[in-house]
Amino acid sequence: MSAASPVIERGTPASRISAIAVVVIIALLAVAPHFLSAGAVDRMTALFIYVILAAMWNALAGFGGLVSVGQQVFFGLGAYFAIRLADAGLNPFASLFVSAIIVGAISWPMSLFMLRLRNGEFAIGMWVIAALTHLLVNLDRLVQGETGTSLISLNVYDVGVRRATIYWLALAAMTALLAMLFGLLRGSTGAAIRAIRDNEEAAASVGVRVTGTKRLLFVLAAFGIGMAGALWLATSITFQPKTYFSVQWTAYMIFMVLVGGIGTFEGAILGALLFFLIETWFGGTGVWYLIGLGATAVLFSLFLPRGLWGTLEERFGLRLLPVGYRVRLPADAVDGDTAPSTQQSTAQREKA
Amino acid sequence: MSNQIVQGILLGGYYALIACGLSFMFSVMRIINLAHGSLAVFSAYSLWWLASQFHISPFVGLLIVLPLMAAIGWALQRFLLERSARGGALLPILTTFGLAIVIDNLLFEQFGADTRSLAPYIGSLSYDSWEWPGSIYVGKLAVIMFAAAVILLGGLQLFLTRTRLGRSIRATSEDPDTAGLVGVDARRANALAAAIAMVTVGIAGAFLGMRATFDPYAGTPQLLFAFEAAVIGGAGSLWGTLIGGIVLALAQTFGAQIHPQGFLIGGHVAFLIVLFIRLSTSGLGLRGLLRLPVRKPA
Amino acid sequence: MSLLAVENLVVRHGLLQAVRGVSFSIERGQTLALVGANGAGKTTLLRAIAGAHQPTAGRVLWDGADITGVPSHKRVGMGVALVPEGRKLFVQMTVEENLLLGKTAGRPGDWSVERVLDTFPNLKPRRHAKTGHLSGGEQQATAIGRALMSNPELLLLDEVSLGLSPLVVDRVYASLQGLISSGTTIILVEQDLNRALSVSDKVICMLEGRVALEGPSKGISRDEVTKAYFGLHRKSAASVPA
Repeated sequence: MSAASPVIERGTPASRISAIAVVVIIALLAVAPHFLSAGAVDRMTALFIYVILAAMWNALAGFGGLVSVGQQVFFGLGAYFAIRLADAGLNPFASLFVSAIIVGAISWPMSLFMLRLRNGEFAIGMWVIAALTHLLVNLDRLVQGETGTSLISLNVYDVGVRRATIYWLALAAMTALLAMLFGLLRGSTGAAIRAIRDNEEAAASVGVRVTGTKRLLFVLAAFGIGMAGALWLATSITFQPKTYFSVQWTAYMIFMVLVGGIGTFEGAILGALLFFLIETWFGGTGVWYLIGLGATAVLFSLFLPRGLWGTLEERFGLRLLPVGYRVRLPADAVDGDTAPSTQQSTAQREKA
Repeated sequence: MSNQIVQGILLGGYYALIACGLSFMFSVMRIINLAHGSLAVFSAYSLWWLASQFHISPFVGLLIVLPLMAAIGWALQRFLLERSARGGALLPILTTFGLAIVIDNLLFEQFGADTRSLAPYIGSLSYDSWEWPGSIYVGKLAVIMFAAAVILLGGLQLFLTRTRLGRSIRATSEDPDTAGLVGVDARRANALAAAIAMVTVGIAGAFLGMRATFDPYAGTPQLLFAFEAAVIGGAGSLWGTLIGGIVLALAQTFGAQIHPQGFLIGGHVAFLIVLFIRLSTSGLGLRGLLRLPVRKPA
Repeated sequence: MSLLAVENLVVRHGLLQAVRGVSFSIERGQTLALVGANGAGKTTLLRAIAGAHQPTAGRVLWDGADITGVPSHKRVGMGVALVPEGRKLFVQMTVEENLLLGKTAGRPGDWSVERVLDTFPNLKPRRHAKTGHLSGGEQQATAIGRALMSNPELLLLDEVSLGLSPLVVDRVYASLQGLISSGTTIILVEQDLNRALSVSDKVICMLEGRVALEGPSKGISRDEVTKAYFGLHRKSAASVPA
């Protein structure tokens, strides 16, 4: 390559370090149950589920431009199908995974219909779907209306084994879903997704398959959130429709993504971590905790709509898990190739 | 059966009341206010508080609550929606959703989980009924509610077509940029529209409290009803909202006939069917669904 | 003092600089024609004068007072009215409603719905028709009438002949002639050079966001304007063409 042509990068030194860090962190998390208390293992499982929820809602809203306030439908269905499958005799752990696949499969025909709605109509239309699904699930005799039921078949396992297994399942699910999303964003679909996010009409006019790409994200999000619902059921055993089909789950997702940074891969994870900490510290304050979450979401949407990570990224050109391309202009290619400091000052033409 | 149809139609008046503010705000500002239902519940609580603390009849209480709602609408537009709408079409959804959570939980914090009702404060009106030919009994409150809906929708229609302010609002809704060029203060028109929308929400909240019970989290179903009625009716004309409300209420009534749990299911299903039909024939977004004109590009 | 003066005005559309440092002034009662190729920045300049675009640099002076930051609806109240390109009528509203909207700013003056209908008799039978259903000429008449209803001191006309048949254009200009002779100050954008030169006192030719030529309409030759229009004058001035 001649010195005059721009250099196209897919990573930065920081991102290469963080790639190694990710592997180390996952390895550490994998062995953690041997060292953590039972309570801590449960909390970590909850954190993994939050990360899944945030990443999936972000995939839909941040990358697909589809803000839904009805994602609890997939959370509830994930738990419901797991109950149903286990009741039918399937191994309870296997039913968690199969349930998520069913949820993903259901979301496909749903997308044919829902994706024709735009913006606020899609948001609230999904809410109607969630409310209707909740009512229909209540009709199932097995669920016994709002009384609910339990994933009884899990009780055959020893408590310790069960806890650790669910922990590992949650960790594996989180890692796999994040990897899928990362791969999707880095692959050829990623360019389409970013094009849609930046300007849907322009993307369509240059031949990006807008609806197909959105459908992919919609189904992925449904699958992931269904998985999260099933895992949540596994940790809490009991299934009460009101709890699982509560809009509160979507409120959490919105909070995490809005605070972390909508439309950034890392932002959703950061948001989930922050939410986890806030919940740990303030969750006990009950109603004020929820008021605080709502108010924070309002304030972020008004004053920091790019979220914490989005703002950091903009300021410092920070990029740990690069999903896009970065073009460095020739001048930098000549004198800035070896100096990391000049790379920081390179114009950040990439958006992802 | 004819009895149920009459009751259904009258209930449709309530849905038209709750829907008209939502679709009014959408048609003027292109914002779906997800805090819409919560604000209606807020109005109901305000009236309940005035009635239980100061023995102010809910009808008199409206004289206090409606100006308050108007002020809230104005402030909502000026301080929240205007700012978040600048960030694109998606941001107001998040802002108003956050606001709904704040309102719901503040109400819970203040008034607890008990269900309340305004029925005890409106005397015999809550249970009195008239007998119509064919031994149909219609609740006086239901009739008043329906009449209020007709008067409100008619009044809004007159306001929008016959007054200078109404024309300013319509102009702003069609093309805010050009509205400015003919001398309309688009920010003011939007804030005014939000204030009017909140007044209708206040009235809807009053009837919500009178005809049924409510709790701090009752806002969500109200929002969904409002949205469903607005979409079913195709609120291009305000009267469409009334039709939408009636269709929704009738669907709920029939749903309840089929199954004890079928009331809400009937409404949601009717909404989805209408949505499906309209989407497969028009393929447009909500502007098409509401049969509103497509805004000209700036 | 000039009725309107524009000083080093710069207006951007995102990254694109549409107007790059334009200065000119117009006296009361004058008619100024703005000519130039598509994309020369004429429409943006008019919109900035009307307050629909906030300039990034420069000033707009009205009767000597700085109105650069004043929003469009207040400028209407001061006496600036724009007939926008493409007419931009409120198509869901009737002719009469569109005209009445022009009164929103509440400036005192002679213009009323009746007088507009007298000026544009073709509108009379369409008074209660939705403007979306009007012919091009009727729409243009409504747009001009709507601007007149605010009793403007300065009328900005952006390509009023666009999309109209020559016959209708003649009729529109005939009614404008009345305005001009009554002393209304006018800035008009017109593609037809002959027409622009014949109705105006002063002409400004814009090229790529800048003033390429400025002078009295009577003393300037069509040839000079054409050269400025295509940027040929810069070669004769020995500058490097872009």
